Amino acid sequence: MRLEGQGLLDRSRRIGFSYDGRRYLGFSGDTLASALLANDIKVVGRSFKYHRPRGVFSAGSEEPNALVTLGHGPGQEPNARATMVELAEGLEAYSQNCWPNVDFDVMSVNDLFAPFLGAGFYYKTFMWPKAFWERIYEPVIRRAAGLGALSPEAARQKYDKAYTFCDLLVVGAGPAGLMAALSAAEAGADVILAEEDTRVGGRLNAEREEVEDQSGSAWVQKIFKRLCEMPNVRAMTRTAVVGAYDQGTYGALERMAPEVAARSGAPKATFWRIVARRSILAAGALERPIAFQNNDRPGIMMAGALRAYVNRWRVCPGQRVAVFANSDAGHRTVADLQAAGVHVAALIDVRPEAECTLGIPFYPGAQVSNTEGRRALEAITIKQDGDVEKIQADCLAMSGGWNPSLHLSCHMGGRPVWDERIVAFVPADGTIPGMTVAGAAKGVFSTAGCLQSGVEAAQAVLDDLGIKRAKVSLPKAEDGSYEITPLWSVPGKGRAWLDFQNDVTVKDVTQAATENFRSVEHMKRYTTQGMAPDQGKNSNIAALAVLADSTGQGIPETGTTTYRPPFIPVPIAALGAGGQGKGFAPERFTTSHDRTIALGAPMIEAGLWYRPSYFPQVGETHWRQSCDREVRMVRDAVGVCDVSTLGKIDVQGPDAGAFLDFVYTGMMSTLKEGRVKYGLMLREDGHVMDDGTCARLGPDHFLVTTTTAAAGQVMRHLDFVQQAFCAKMAVRFVSVSEQWAQFAVAGPKSRTLLEDMLGQKLDDTTWPFMACGHVSIGDVPARLFRISFSGELAYELAVPARYGAALFDALLSRAEALEGGPYGMEALNVMRIEKGFITHAEIHGRVTALDIGMQGMMSRKKDFIGKTMAARPGLVDEAREQMVGLKPIGTVKQLISGAHLFNPDAEAQSENDQGYITSVGFSPELGHMIGLGFLKNGRARLGEQVRMVEHLNGISTLCEVVDPVQFDAKGGRMRG
Amino acid sequence: MVKLEPTTPLQGATPVEVGTMVVQEVGDLRPVTSIAPYPGRQKAVSDLLKKAHGITFPKPNMFLPGKEASCLWFGRDMALLIGVVPDPALAREAALTDQSDAWAVLSLRGDGIEAALARLCPIDTRLKQFPINSTARTEVAHMMSSLTRMSETEFQLMIFRAFARTALHEITDAMEGVAARG
Repeated sequence: MRLEGQGLLDRSRRIGFSYDGRRYLGFSGDTLASALLANDIKVVGRSFKYHRPRGVFSAGSEEPNALVTLGHGPGQEPNARATMVELAEGLEAYSQNCWPNVDFDVMSVNDLFAPFLGAGFYYKTFMWPKAFWERIYEPVIRRAAGLGALSPEAARQKYDKAYTFCDLLVVGAGPAGLMAALSAAEAGADVILAEEDTRVGGRLNAEREEVEDQSGSAWVQKIFKRLCEMPNVRAMTRTAVVGAYDQGTYGALERMAPEVAARSGAPKATFWRIVARRSILAAGALERPIAFQNNDRPGIMMAGALRAYVNRWRVCPGQRVAVFANSDAGHRTVADLQAAGVHVAALIDVRPEAECTLGIPFYPGAQVSNTEGRRALEAITIKQDGDVEKIQADCLAMSGGWNPSLHLSCHMGGRPVWDERIVAFVPADGTIPGMTVAGAAKGVFSTAGCLQSGVEAAQAVLDDLGIKRAKVSLPKAEDGSYEITPLWSVPGKGRAWLDFQNDVTVKDVTQAATENFRSVEHMKRYTTQGMAPDQGKNSNIAALAVLADSTGQGIPETGTTTYRPPFIPVPIAALGAGGQGKGFAPERFTTSHDRTIALGAPMIEAGLWYRPSYFPQVGETHWRQSCDREVRMVRDAVGVCDVSTLGKIDVQGPDAGAFLDFVYTGMMSTLKEGRVKYGLMLREDGHVMDDGTCARLGPDHFLVTTTTAAAGQVMRHLDFVQQAFCAKMAVRFVSVSEQWAQFAVAGPKSRTLLEDMLGQKLDDTTWPFMACGHVSIGDVPARLFRISFSGELAYELAVPARYGAALFDALLSRAEALEGGPYGMEALNVMRIEKGFITHAEIHGRVTALDIGMQGMMSRKKDFIGKTMAARPGLVDEAREQMVGLKPIGTVKQLISGAHLFNPDAEAQSENDQGYITSVGFSPELGHMIGLGFLKNGRARLGEQVRMVEHLNGISTLCEVVDPVQFDAKGGRMRG
Repeated sequence: MVKLEPTTPLQGATPVEVGTMVVQEVGDLRPVTSIAPYPGRQKAVSDLLKKAHGITFPKPNMFLPGKEASCLWFGRDMALLIGVVPDPALAREAALTDQSDAWAVLSLRGDGIEAALARLCPIDTRLKQFPINSTARTEVAHMMSSLTRMSETEFQLMIFRAFARTALHEITDAMEGVAARG
């Protein structure tokens, strides 16, 4: 029911929205919850377990009941709290956890079985037969219980993430937060003021109160305007600070206003990482319910929430309202209802000594013991001095006191302390470095006290940061006392709810205690209390009070469970913002990328680089056709391949040779200028880290190449070795991977191609195998290396990257004139397997130089990284798995990498494992598949037979163990 | 005779304007050389730089702009000499490596550009913390970069050449998100 009066609504702007397919109207400034209440919609959800009808319960982010799904299809948002959803034109909301609809839910039959469904029911009941759990019990339970559902389709909505920095982060913009922000900002500090509501003000927007002789909300607007005008203040509404982390870092979720989110390119929400030198937690307090029989009916809500609906949104959920409280909150609520012209049926005050001057039926020293109503509240039962009275009411406001919102103060392991004065936990000092707590979050419950507490907290921060305080006057405000008589639950037989979201009752908690789950952590897990999306914001303290009562321990001795981030639910999409689609990982493109794509090559990713698999030609319908052709093309004519992706490290200095001797297994300092040497690097633990070439370009100048995938790892390793062991060496190195575009030109016609292009002779005398040097292409300086990864006569030609695209084009046109062309990774891979050359498929991190047959490259004349550890007995055992070649010899000709090797007659079980295959390919030259793999004592077993078994597909292939080099074993083609 | 035509990392793809913000490649193909003084030789390098190019070796996180030659701190014991080919005498005291083609250089400018950077980069770019001519080696959208403040509303971002397109995509996306917030 909408009330007369302005509230904080813009009544000139009507907003149309739909709920469960029906159209309704609200006003600008409404939340979905206030608009639903204004349209007299009482049942907005079904409970988790018993499917009981539930109504709006609160007016904030702690809402346990009014969870709805927003939108439908990809991007639909389940479990949105209607109390936090801004009303916007066209908003679609749907009820959840009900069928066929929220008013008539078939699963509410669960409620009839409630006596059987108490705490521990699942654990005790679904014990046998064992196999039933996964196939029957769990699926059935999951269907019956639960909240909203995501769409299986990917959402298109964008989220983003951002970093920001400040001197002071103020969490919460109620009276304490506003004064704290103002005091710090006036002194010149960089301030971020974060408020999860759409408007700042906190309780001042919900109460009828005056600050500085004007309405609280008017004073708020005045202060907010002043803050917004200051360049050193960033006021962030719709922003919930959700976690406190190390080093003054806070996570915060900012929801965009609906009209902003609807714009093209706009995110739906931003996840902020706020780095603050200091913070002030001014998150206010949460009102707590009282447990009594059937306290979960729609129409029963928190008294503070009801005041917010009446005063801010001008909505009342009922026409006959009863109020039940254990403090003056009840009287305040009645006064507000009367001022709004709402009929108050009764005020039930737990305190026997309380008095009332409001002219309504008043029940001091009484309690509400039960409620009735078919779908929503219709009547309440009042117990007073042994008398029982039933009165008609369609709305009941309750207040069991307030719990400070101290959650963030506990995110780094701190525990709150019990304050008997306010019957609540308050934050302990110093639990988060740099954080001060102010206002209601600290247990200060009067407005005047909050304003003052905010100023004091800010001044302490300013002093701490060495910033001179500015003069800030303290506004005049209400300064009432907070007198409360503790009441957690009303004694009685029926079910009295503590955790509305997970359907946990007083009985469940006492049952847990009876069964000896007496620790609050055990009780929580046994009953699931506090484990729903609200994380027990409404129930934790009452539940532990009930537990304390059951166990006979006090509340402070019982203690709280652990408060963990996030403070409110955060979509994974926001935490992982930017990671969708291309945002998943950067793409690294070679200079030949565009031409390669134009040639139709499918690309594969290797260490973020995109490289061509193969270059399909007209008529080729299978990749193998292209691959076989490219291999033959290189072996018979000439092929061009972009090898820029290999890591290139420029190493210079008088001690460069000595440094390289220390990181390579082989001797590099004796390498002649103009020559290249193959090298192996070990990790400190003696295993192979990477392989590559090392070229000497000048007396003190080397160029190290790495594999594509290990470029970063090698660079990091060199940095470590230099800084940790060789800091005094005159050596410096820097990556030049990006500076040079480099192309392999391979095949018998490669020399012809390059001699023509470079205009110089490249015979075996001037450019022998493993020679390197400077050349020029026209007027462009270039580097030429006679190295080969294909086993053919081959060169690698490097130019500054700006010329890469042009050089690739020029090489292709020359190659095509010689019946050659480009080749891709598939052909490259086949040719290197034919030649027994390793990649990281072989040097996968668990192999030694001995395993790959390169023990001869481990210099005996010098020390090098990994030498000592490589000599450990376990690493030099001849029975280790050693690299061998494999060829199929039976009827099955297929080899599969990853498959395991067994002796021909042995059963294919792990205890009989003899090794595994690392690389395979079809060799067009040899006419069959070939493979590389590791076999126990492999080098001594050449000529023997082994059986490859691939368990996933049940493929078994008889193989002969051969030398890893299966093509041109003498290397005549390569060396010339 | 082969004639190779040069291309820049983002040839023709910029400028991209979004709202008040612009990202534009600085594709002037100037010489860029990394200078890494050998241990204990930083002062000697600085003196030689001063003599030959009128500029000193920058302190950490500093950019020293000059008319012809500029010097940009580039990490531990390293700076980039930008705009001129280094005096060969420097090679006695430092490793000199041509990096002219290794980096895509982008100018990010306009009102709101700090907000766009906040979505890409984890460092504090508030003017008082990161004044004009400050520089940092930092992460930008998972890519290593060099970020320098050129003016109150202009940053220079250097990214591995091969990452240039991803960088442009990410920057554009961030600028669109910022612009849409209004």
